[in-house]
Amino acid sequence: MTNDILIKVEELTRYYGVQTGARPAVDNISFEVRRGEVLGFLGPNGAGKSTTMRMITGNLSPSHGRITINGIDILDQPKKAKADIGFLPELPPLYRELTVDEYLQFCARLNRISRDKQTNAIGTAKERCGLSDVGKRLIANLSKGYQQRVGIAQAIIHSPAVVVLDEPTVGLDPIQIREIRHLIRELSNEHSVILSTHILPEVQATCDRVQIINQGRLVLSDSIEGLIQRMQTSSLRLRTKNQINNNILLAIEGVVAVSVIDEDCVQIKHKPETNPAASIAKITVEQGWELLELTPDRRSLEEIFVDITTAEHTADEQIEKTEAAA
Amino acid sequence: MIFTLAARELRSMFLSPMAWVILAVISGLCAYFFLLYIELYLQLQPRLAATPNAPGVTSVIVVPLFSTAATVLLLVTPLLTMRLISEERRNQTLSLLMSAPISMTEIVLGKFLGVFAFVMLILMLVAVMPLSLLAGGEIDMGLWASGLLGLVLLLASFCSIGLYVSTLTAQPTVAAVATFGLLLLLWVLNLAGSTGSEGGGVLSYLSLLSHYQPLLKGIFSSTDIIYYLLVISSCLVLSVRRLDADRLQH
Repeated sequence: MTNDILIKVEELTRYYGVQTGARPAVDNISFEVRRGEVLGFLGPNGAGKSTTMRMITGNLSPSHGRITINGIDILDQPKKAKADIGFLPELPPLYRELTVDEYLQFCARLNRISRDKQTNAIGTAKERCGLSDVGKRLIANLSKGYQQRVGIAQAIIHSPAVVVLDEPTVGLDPIQIREIRHLIRELSNEHSVILSTHILPEVQATCDRVQIINQGRLVLSDSIEGLIQRMQTSSLRLRTKNQINNNILLAIEGVVAVSVIDEDCVQIKHKPETNPAASIAKITVEQGWELLELTPDRRSLEEIFVDITTAEHTADEQIEKTEAAA
Repeated sequence: MIFTLAARELRSMFLSPMAWVILAVISGLCAYFFLLYIELYLQLQPRLAATPNAPGVTSVIVVPLFSTAATVLLLVTPLLTMRLISEERRNQTLSLLMSAPISMTEIVLGKFLGVFAFVMLILMLVAVMPLSLLAGGEIDMGLWASGLLGLVLLLASFCSIGLYVSTLTAQPTVAAVATFGLLLLLWVLNLAGSTGSEGGGVLSYLSLLSHYQPLLKGIFSSTDIIYYLLVISSCLVLSVRRLDADRLQH
């Protein structure tokens, strides 16, 4: 079965501190992750990403709500549920005085991998994370990127059903980031992966589904295709070598407005149901403007993100205003 | 699982110079005291030979040695136990243990056994010293064993108290100072009893020292044994509860 649900989170809430009326760090979040799915957790700093992940992995008890890992409730049977989880916290939990091999062996034992399978498990984890050459080296002497990889190796050593990675690519160089992303995609073949980040391109590169969390609340949950659709806008960008006559463009079927961006570039707004790109290209050639660039405008993920997170803010403020007025 | 954790703990200790330095310093110090007591015995020997029912070689050499070893280890144990949990907390490696399929009890017992095994290693060095006397004469093995048992129980209590204090903080130094203060207080608590004031008896009863002394004299009383076992188990239970509380509140 490839469609079974590995992580089920229901109405998860977590308060910090004891004062009543305080805003919860995580507020009534529910979601599911299926086998083979990579779920991206996005949000500004302090939004509640890490808190949620620490609750899923049993490092923190929820104030309310239920978490089921592979059908096992983590509060009722923590040992059994935790056997199916691999967790990489924000700071990789490494014993710096051990070598990579020693450390991974300790992790293998900690996860109750039977003695005869340990060597195999360690070998596989090292190979997948590109650690085969550094097994004998002290963790303290490894670069940040390698330490991060050891952290990931630790999380996948017992081939858990669920891998939870908290900001796995922080502090890595671009080549390492690419490798780690590749690794995450590879992991998703057999495991479910939840990863948190505040780097948006990472989500585009690795995830199947995205959840945006802000101030402890889930504000968006969408597939990556849905997200890309949200990014599409009904406008085109045209760059030419020679001067453009805006009126000719406006006469084209479907074009709504033309605004000049700079000397040789204009933005053309069109009706969402039509795409006048073909006609624009044709006219540009006919008029001898010499086409340099014709691209659809896209909202960046950043813009969507800012839109969603600030929309919440203004909505809250409006409620407060009306309350104040009344 | 407990042994995996204990083995890791021991291994980490021996990977830093700390363990070796402590072993060297303690065996050096104890050897010095051992020689000192032998010297004392040699000076007293003519007089002891003249008196009937005089204390034997074990009472003059071995008992003071074990007594001194307890004091030295009172100073050293806080340094061994300080990092147990607090360092894991500071380096945020605790989440590795927390997300592994093991219970808090196993974590605490593993940590305790790790440090206790190391302390037993120190103790072995101290305990074999008097055995060298067997080459030239006889010693009272019963007294030796009873003193050793006392020392083992005492050190296990030191370790469990240190472990509990270590779960309270993220700063190893704070844990060390607090453990040292607590141990010393429990050690000298019997001084209050000697002033003869009211309640002094209770305080004296709670002292770690007043339960060690009978064992040094060769008196094996189950009360003393139970006292130590109670101290050890309550500190371990408190540690488990403290770690569990970590997940609930911050």
